[in-house]
Amino acid sequence: MATLLSIQDLHATVDGAEVLKGVNLTVNAGEVHAIMGPNGSGKSTLVNVLSGNPQYQVTGGSVEFGGRDLLAMLPEERARDGVFLAFQYPVELPGVRNWQFLKSAVDAVRKHRGQDELSIRQFDRIYEAKLKLVEIDAELMKRSVNEGFSGGEKKRNEMLQLLLLEPRLALLDETDSGLDIDALRVVAGAVNGYRGGDNAIVLVTHYQRLLDYIVPDFIHVLYDGRMVLSGGRELALELEAKGYDWVKEAVAAGR
Amino acid sequence: MTQQRVISRTSEDEVASEYKWGFETDIEADIAPKGLNEGIVRLISGKKNEPAWLLEWRLRAYRHWLSLGEHQPTWPMLDYPQIDYQDSHYYAAPASYKNQPNSLEEVDPELLAAFDKLGIPLAEREKLAGVAVDAVFDSVSVHTTFKDTLDKLGIIFCSFSEAAQKHPDLVKKYLGSVVPYTDNFYATLNSAVFSDGSFAYIPKGVKCPVPLMTYFRINAADTGQFERTLIIADEGASVSYLEGCTAPMRKSHQLHAAVVELIALDDAEIKYSTLQNWFPGDKEGRGGVFNFVTKRGKCAGRNSKISWTQVETGSAITWKYPSCILQGDNSVGEFYSVALVNNRQQADTGTKMIHIGKNTRSTIISKGISAGHGNGTYRGQVKIMPGAKNARNFTRCDSLLIGDQCGAHTVPYIEVRNPTARVEHEASTSKVSDDQLFYCLQRGISEEDARHMIINGFCRSIFQELPFEFAVEASQLLKVSLEGAVG
Repeated sequence: MATLLSIQDLHATVDGAEVLKGVNLTVNAGEVHAIMGPNGSGKSTLVNVLSGNPQYQVTGGSVEFGGRDLLAMLPEERARDGVFLAFQYPVELPGVRNWQFLKSAVDAVRKHRGQDELSIRQFDRIYEAKLKLVEIDAELMKRSVNEGFSGGEKKRNEMLQLLLLEPRLALLDETDSGLDIDALRVVAGAVNGYRGGDNAIVLVTHYQRLLDYIVPDFIHVLYDGRMVLSGGRELALELEAKGYDWVKEAVAAGR
Repeated sequence: MTQQRVISRTSEDEVASEYKWGFETDIEADIAPKGLNEGIVRLISGKKNEPAWLLEWRLRAYRHWLSLGEHQPTWPMLDYPQIDYQDSHYYAAPASYKNQPNSLEEVDPELLAAFDKLGIPLAEREKLAGVAVDAVFDSVSVHTTFKDTLDKLGIIFCSFSEAAQKHPDLVKKYLGSVVPYTDNFYATLNSAVFSDGSFAYIPKGVKCPVPLMTYFRINAADTGQFERTLIIADEGASVSYLEGCTAPMRKSHQLHAAVVELIALDDAEIKYSTLQNWFPGDKEGRGGVFNFVTKRGKCAGRNSKISWTQVETGSAITWKYPSCILQGDNSVGEFYSVALVNNRQQADTGTKMIHIGKNTRSTIISKGISAGHGNGTYRGQVKIMPGAKNARNFTRCDSLLIGDQCGAHTVPYIEVRNPTARVEHEASTSKVSDDQLFYCLQRGISEEDARHMIINGFCRSIFQELPFEFAVEASQLLKVSLEGAVG
């Protein structure tokens, strides 16, 4: 299988504090990786660093994405090249119509791929089909981006973008947080619909509940800025049952 | 020789060397000597062949202006030098310009580039650039058919000078009825020496079928330093009036003091939209137009409505408060504004809503954008008079800061003298946040497009009030005006 993402000894800081302390991870096309871990272990930092959020500083290591040096790319270049971050807290853009925002994004990505911008009619046809998959009311397209959206609407709007942009790598940052069971099912349905042999998913979550719906190939535990444990589906159940204390103790004993 | 007086927002050399106060000396014919005195006022009136009462009115204004002792108002949050009012010419016939370019090939390429960016139709470019052509092809025929339509409906739309000749009764009745010549320093100056402007009268019950100025705006280019506009909507009439253009306008003067008066009688409605993009000066604040405007509408009749919408991005100094006197019962006043300052621009702008009649309502939505070293102030007054039973006002002032060297200020004055009034005021100050930018970047949108999108979103509620073509131009204008502004 082709390696899509290769992270080597990645170090990163936020406001001067080191949060990632040497992360290693390899993701092949077609795989789903779930990253779990206690609060403050660096999960959100990892996906933000990968997508190029300027609030995080990379201080060491390397990341290859599809053979390219990801860390040398600007955030918008990474996005156009197929790195997608589903935000934990989708940002509000007052006055910016959701329709316009989504079309601009789709056109930017298409342009990068050497495709023409979509006509209004073409875009309407494409998003209308996807709206049904994420069960979003068409009214939401006319409203300002995320402004006044419920928590569930915001997350479903993120999934709509995932489906529209068709990235090679989807980074899902606690997409399940704040969702009721129905919304969770919708979000998981969108992710599973997107999931395919050519792309990969790295999802960050606190709860194994999401993994009942999106079944990962690998589960990793990130603790104190490092991947300390990896396993299959069963690891999530073990963590659910036993918590993280035993992981922490094992790490402490190993030092 | 290339046109020297063409003012474009990017040619800095020209600003430093060529752009000066008042007229340039290469205009020989038909120009009054520098300075302001009674003789000049008489000369202006005489050149325009004005009736005696109008000259008398000008002279009264002039004498009042003298009594003010050249004391510019000091209350605005604006920093500009005392202007030497004797160092300007107050009359020149526009036809006497020498050195006009003969074709677009002779026009400053920077200006042409600006036209491109703004998407100004080719037919309008020559006129805007001050090219000396007798007729601008397309607009002549449009002009004629358009004029026929208006004539059939009894709508009068002409220059102020023409109105003074042909419709003296209307002019005499309404001139100064909303902005008296004693109103303020600049209005007084304008009343004495106004050059020309527009006049419109919409007769009883007539709904003007097209926005006035849409087709005429090119003809309004460079109407002069002291414009005077008077618009009357008779009972049950309605009109939408558009002023200005997104093109960087060629203006021959640095000091502009215009007066606009609107009168709406019973059940009448006037919508007045402005795009102002005069030369703002260069990055260091050299040059640029000083724009001191008095705009006021009177809702004289019952159920009348006056709505002001403005997008102000030009001028070095903007001093402007389009206001409504809500005299008629149930009358409505609205003010929608986007004011942008970049580089060293300064704007002190807002509105006054004076509630006199019962059940009068007013809405104020102001969006200020400050970038570079720009300084923007919203100054607004809401006054509820004792007789204004059940008056309502809603005010919202939002400021957006770009960068950390600019300023935004909000100065509301609220005076309520009737206990049944309801007055609401909301205000906010925000920045284009890093989170918003990153969200857009993460979707593949470029930083420039992202900023433009966010700033446009900030202004959306105002752009919605503009006629469609104007709204598209306004959005593009913001983009051009903010080029180089770093967050």
